[in-house]
Amino acid sequence: MHDVIVIGGGNAGLCAALTARESGASVLLLESAPRAWRGGNSQHTRNLRCMHDAPQDVLTDAYPEEEYWQDLRKVTGGVTNEALARLAIRDSAHCRDWMRRHGVHFQPSLSGTLQLSRTNAFFLGGGKALVNAYYRSAELLGVHIRYDAPVARLELSQGRFVAAHTGDERIEARACVVASGGFESNREWLRQAWGQSNGEWVADNFLIRGTRFNLGVLLKFLIEAGADTIGDPTQCHAVAIDARSPLYDGGICTRVDSVSLGIVVNQLAARFYDEGEDFWPKRYAIWGRLVAGQPGQIAYSIIDAKAIGRFMPPVFPGVKAQSVPELARALGLDAAALVRTVSDYNAACRPGSFDHATLDDCATSGLTPPKTHWARPIDTAPFSAYPLKPGITFTYLGVVVNAQAAVFFDGQPSPNLFAAGEIMAGNVLGQGYTAGVGMTIGTAFGRIAGTQAAAAAVRGKMHAAA
Amino acid sequence: MQPLDPLLREAGAATSAAARGTAAAEVARQLQICNACRYCEGFCAVFPAMTRRLEFGKADVDYLANLCHNCGACLHACQYAPPHEFAVNVPQAMARVRVQTYSDYAWPRALGRLYRHNGVAIALALSSGLALFLVLVIALTGNLWHEPMAGNFYRVFPHNLMVSMFAPILLFALLALALGVRRFWRDISPADRAQDAPRAAVAEATQAALSLKYLDGGHGEGCNEADDRFTLWRRRFHHLTFYGFLLCFASTSVATLYHYLLGWSAPYALVSLPVLLGTAGGIGLLIGPSGLLWLNLRRHPLHGDAAQRPMDLGFIALLLLASASGIALLAWRDSGAMALLLALHLGIVMALFLTLPYGKFAHGVYRTAALLKWAIEKRQPSRLQLEPE
Repeated sequence: MHDVIVIGGGNAGLCAALTARESGASVLLLESAPRAWRGGNSQHTRNLRCMHDAPQDVLTDAYPEEEYWQDLRKVTGGVTNEALARLAIRDSAHCRDWMRRHGVHFQPSLSGTLQLSRTNAFFLGGGKALVNAYYRSAELLGVHIRYDAPVARLELSQGRFVAAHTGDERIEARACVVASGGFESNREWLRQAWGQSNGEWVADNFLIRGTRFNLGVLLKFLIEAGADTIGDPTQCHAVAIDARSPLYDGGICTRVDSVSLGIVVNQLAARFYDEGEDFWPKRYAIWGRLVAGQPGQIAYSIIDAKAIGRFMPPVFPGVKAQSVPELARALGLDAAALVRTVSDYNAACRPGSFDHATLDDCATSGLTPPKTHWARPIDTAPFSAYPLKPGITFTYLGVVVNAQAAVFFDGQPSPNLFAAGEIMAGNVLGQGYTAGVGMTIGTAFGRIAGTQAAAAAVRGKMHAAA
Repeated sequence: MQPLDPLLREAGAATSAAARGTAAAEVARQLQICNACRYCEGFCAVFPAMTRRLEFGKADVDYLANLCHNCGACLHACQYAPPHEFAVNVPQAMARVRVQTYSDYAWPRALGRLYRHNGVAIALALSSGLALFLVLVIALTGNLWHEPMAGNFYRVFPHNLMVSMFAPILLFALLALALGVRRFWRDISPADRAQDAPRAAVAEATQAALSLKYLDGGHGEGCNEADDRFTLWRRRFHHLTFYGFLLCFASTSVATLYHYLLGWSAPYALVSLPVLLGTAGGIGLLIGPSGLLWLNLRRHPLHGDAAQRPMDLGFIALLLLASASGIALLAWRDSGAMALLLALHLGIVMALFLTLPYGKFAHGVYRTAALLKWAIEKRQPSRLQLEPE
């Protein structure tokens, strides 16, 4: 019998498996995906938000605990557990040496992400390189790894973990860490969460930016088994991504960064939100929800030739046309309606000095909704458009944990069942998002859960011996 | 309204692996994806160079393909690598373009094409043909098996004959390579004359080429071979090969100086400079290519272009044959087999020189040019304004 079973082979699960093994436990890691798709959503990540009081290797300046905490409080609108949040924040100040020991390399922020150079340490090669490093280290340390091993259910006895069931197998262990992610790739669950609009399931028009393996099987099992839950069950983090992206695993490259440089219209060729409200890195996260609120859950970012070369190149080429009516026809929009929207917008643009690097004075006047910055007439051919759909990154619903990462049943912490990563991230991140915080939570609570599971296994052994 | 369907089809054509066209179009397709991701920016120079571009025409692709060292780091780290439908495999796509540049820019072009397809066969046929020819020459003019001559090669082939055989071949190879890389440079870098490059750029490119900087993985632990583990062995074996080659070359050069300047004729003593340099170089050229061969055969199937194995192996085979025959010649230079061994060694070295411009050796020349372009380019301001905040 293994001391510890870790369910889920993404960042949090790997951190748990590594720390449990370092604490002397024998560890079995069950990854539901085949080897080629291992790592869950972590394979698509790229950085870790780190607290630091002075410049560090790849991090500039300082990012003290209090500022980090205030940022988190702000993005979550207070839907967070301060004690657990501070625990994760403090862990981020010193976890990187441990990560390096397991083969993770860091680099300064990537081009196009200068705004993160102070707060976020980037993984050299991105999240898949990190996942590869952890798997290599786990193999070297003697963690047993099984791919294609989705766990259907657990066997619990009064809040105590007894065994996990995968396929026809029943695998006992002295302790267990559940790090199996959220439910964002479970289409049926998303349907129920988002409901119908005009006789259509809203969520059917969503794309999943991450893994196809986050089906939420264990999350559902734990909820039904009476685990205490946290986080809005109907909410997910969604950004506007290119509508032509793959259904799963589109990852980072499907983002479209042209929004603030032009206008965004819906299927009726009408604008619906201020595209220039704030800098794009501060606004991209609300656009998933905005597009989800439009008919057919689709929108189109429209720019003219002046914007080319001013935003990160998108993965798909823009739909190009020499005139606005031609663009409308290429997009399948009503040409007259789009011409009206564009000319109304153009007429409302006040003269100003365009500066994409500041909140400039180029704004519309007398237009609803307004465009408050970077508003320049769309008048220079060729015109380009990028179709947008909501792309789901992760879900918020999870299980309640304490500072030991123990799962709660009826207000009581389990002695040997722990949770880490997206399945418990809602404790810290009840809503909202800020770059790199998911990896901070996964790393901190993965390490806590691994240590605690190893300790629980020792207690289990002593108990059995007695 | 079904507006998305035609757009989806077009997008599919733009990114799907099924719609791959030529090798250059495939690199352009993949770099469009990479440029929207950029996670690999820290591995090598290819990705920072990519971020200075929005579109990838033939010149950009040729340049970036030759800047790529086929280290494999970006393949193993790629969230879009197969089985992902984007099927991004930059090292493989780059390798396919690279081999095209060797033959496209080869001078004369027909030889480049020939060698590309039949590397091993041509290398071996050429070496044995030349060796046989030399054996015949010896047999016709004297005794193939002879009394020991105390290592005096010139009794088999007079010094001037050797010079008149090798000097034209070497000069031809150098000329062919120079003409090829000059045409390559004009295509990839029409605006910058190489001779106007800032001194710092030249120094940086030289250092990157001589140290194989971009086989370090960006973190110093090396490149990938069989899997996602990093190893420095490719760099080490390459160093043994390259510097072994240089030492052999130095040995010949020193011997030439001895001969003409000092009037000291071969054979030289075992502890003389030419023999010491040649022996050290020969050992490097035995271990280095053997190691590269071993790594080449173990490489991950997705990593690099398997179709280029004949070219890789052809070059490795020639290097190994040259070093092995050279060391054998040294070992038995006092025996009756000296003439035979000498003919064999000279035949192989001739074949090696003749094929230099048309095979794997060309990678060093084109890569150095690409490294110089990168060193120049990175010192110039980017024309893009992607960083608003």
